[in-house]
Amino acid sequence: MNTFKPVLTEYIDQKDCHTLPFYKSIGGYTALEKVLTMNPDDITQEVKDSNLRGRGGAGFSTGMKWGFIPKDSNKPKYLINNADESEPGTFKDRLLMNKAPHQMLEGMIIAAYAIGCHTSFIYIRGEFYQEYKLLEQTIAEAYDNNILGQNILGSNYSLDVVIHRGAGAYICGEETGLLESLEGKRGWPRNKPPFPAIEGYLQSPTIVNNVETLSCLPHIINRGASWFKSIGPEKGPGPRLFCVSGCVNNPGVFEEPMGVSLKDLIFDRAGGIPDDKQLKAVFPGGSSSAILTANEAMDVMLDFEELVEKGSMLGSAGIIVMDETVDMVQACLNIARFYAHESCGQCTPCREGTSWLVMMLTRLINGDGKPGDIDMLLEITDNIGGLIDFSKGSFGKTICPFGEAVAWPVRSFVEKFKGEFMEYLPQEKVVA
Amino acid sequence: MKSNGKPKPRFTFEDPERVKQIFSQYPDKKSATLPLLHLAQSQEGYISKNVIDSIAELVDCHPAVVMDCVSFYTMFYTKPQGRNIIQVCQTLSCSLNGADELVDHVTDKYKIKPGETTADDRFTLMKVECLGSCGTAPVVQMNKEYHEDLSKQKFDELLESFE
Repeated sequence: MNTFKPVLTEYIDQKDCHTLPFYKSIGGYTALEKVLTMNPDDITQEVKDSNLRGRGGAGFSTGMKWGFIPKDSNKPKYLINNADESEPGTFKDRLLMNKAPHQMLEGMIIAAYAIGCHTSFIYIRGEFYQEYKLLEQTIAEAYDNNILGQNILGSNYSLDVVIHRGAGAYICGEETGLLESLEGKRGWPRNKPPFPAIEGYLQSPTIVNNVETLSCLPHIINRGASWFKSIGPEKGPGPRLFCVSGCVNNPGVFEEPMGVSLKDLIFDRAGGIPDDKQLKAVFPGGSSSAILTANEAMDVMLDFEELVEKGSMLGSAGIIVMDETVDMVQACLNIARFYAHESCGQCTPCREGTSWLVMMLTRLINGDGKPGDIDMLLEITDNIGGLIDFSKGSFGKTICPFGEAVAWPVRSFVEKFKGEFMEYLPQEKVVA
Repeated sequence: MKSNGKPKPRFTFEDPERVKQIFSQYPDKKSATLPLLHLAQSQEGYISKNVIDSIAELVDCHPAVVMDCVSFYTMFYTKPQGRNIIQVCQTLSCSLNGADELVDHVTDKYKIKPGETTADDRFTLMKVECLGSCGTAPVVQMNKEYHEDLSKQKFDELLESFE
């Protein structure tokens, strides 16, 4: 398909690839050595110049985020590695933690040094117990080798890294929900501003970066911003881990340059659809993205800008494939139920609206739908996520983007597969 | 122990060194709430009122604040569970790859529905939302461990291996 050589996952098939000796044997921690002799502002500039955008879902410029840390604040600064991977369809951070934990840790130390942080946290989802135990070893190895702790690699820089386990709440992947959770509270997202870079953990300046984002950093330092920017589209470049699951022969994580074609990913890398069934619909960027129909999916490049133009988003690059046998109403209910369960309950439109969606879809599937139900489903999505007009970027009835994250996919199911929803309406009522 | 008119039974951590170590990792006490709840649950199997009172005292807040936390997170149980907890992921990719059949299999074989525990306390069955392992669907978490790419037969063998 192309000559791209994986960057983040190049060594994941090798024996003991998670260990420090292995990581050192492939040049691990040389970027850190280099960074420790650099001015922190120059590192931030290099990351800005690379155009690296966050891999967690929002796609915000990483260097710009770091740049918001106030220079004149005498409060401690915190770096938090968001390892709360919970977006349905997304399973790349787990792979990176299992196979390349030192690459991630090196990225963390680089980011921490750049923002002047001396205590950093890994917020890992509670269910990832095996990964938590493995990262404990990774961190212990790093302390034993003067890669963490006092005077890292003989420099004047010191850093401690602490692993903090979540406890089963999707919303804690939202950065301010995460901060509340870290502070020992329920994970209720905060009103913004102030953004975490100004007032984050314990009201101190805080940067929250995703596992994959951090894992890119050693490579940017070693090979330079212009190398990174040369991979894929300039506005959102770099290698990206695409997760393909659902109705495919060979599901998995595939590292490709940004801007790869969705068709190639599904039919080449992921081996196409079992039994040569037809493609019906695809989530291109986790379950919070609007679904694409088969026609739309066959003609799209996976790039931040292009997916926004197509009325969806790249999000966490979690691709869920649905074949012709998948009932779109059932699939919609499955996703609505996820959001109803995971709504944190803080904002009324989301707390109530998500449950309403589940009740109405269940009623429809049970054959008790009423003629106005399909329009009402759309109305509820508007009540939760705002009157959605992609061209105007209309948002905002809830404190965090969870409202949009449920409104977008549900609305896309109803609008793009309205016929299937209509078929569930009892016949005599359709006539009326 | 009866508590009427006497001091209430107290919960104490079996490993006070670990508690100390947890506190040493955070700049404030309250951040230790979740790690202490995890530690208590691994000791007791669930979070009792006594656990909440003890943790509230340790982190220096009202027990209601700790309870608020416990009730929010799905991984904390406020009641005793079976010896083995079966958590079947039911979100889309797992559902498309046969997760519902796995749930039905447990229900048929052990006569428990999601949320229930067998009479002998051997299993508690739960349906859970996305476990973040969609590429190896369907996925079941047995206690702390993930089991991936499960066919009905593999799942059955797995269940048999738990006492």
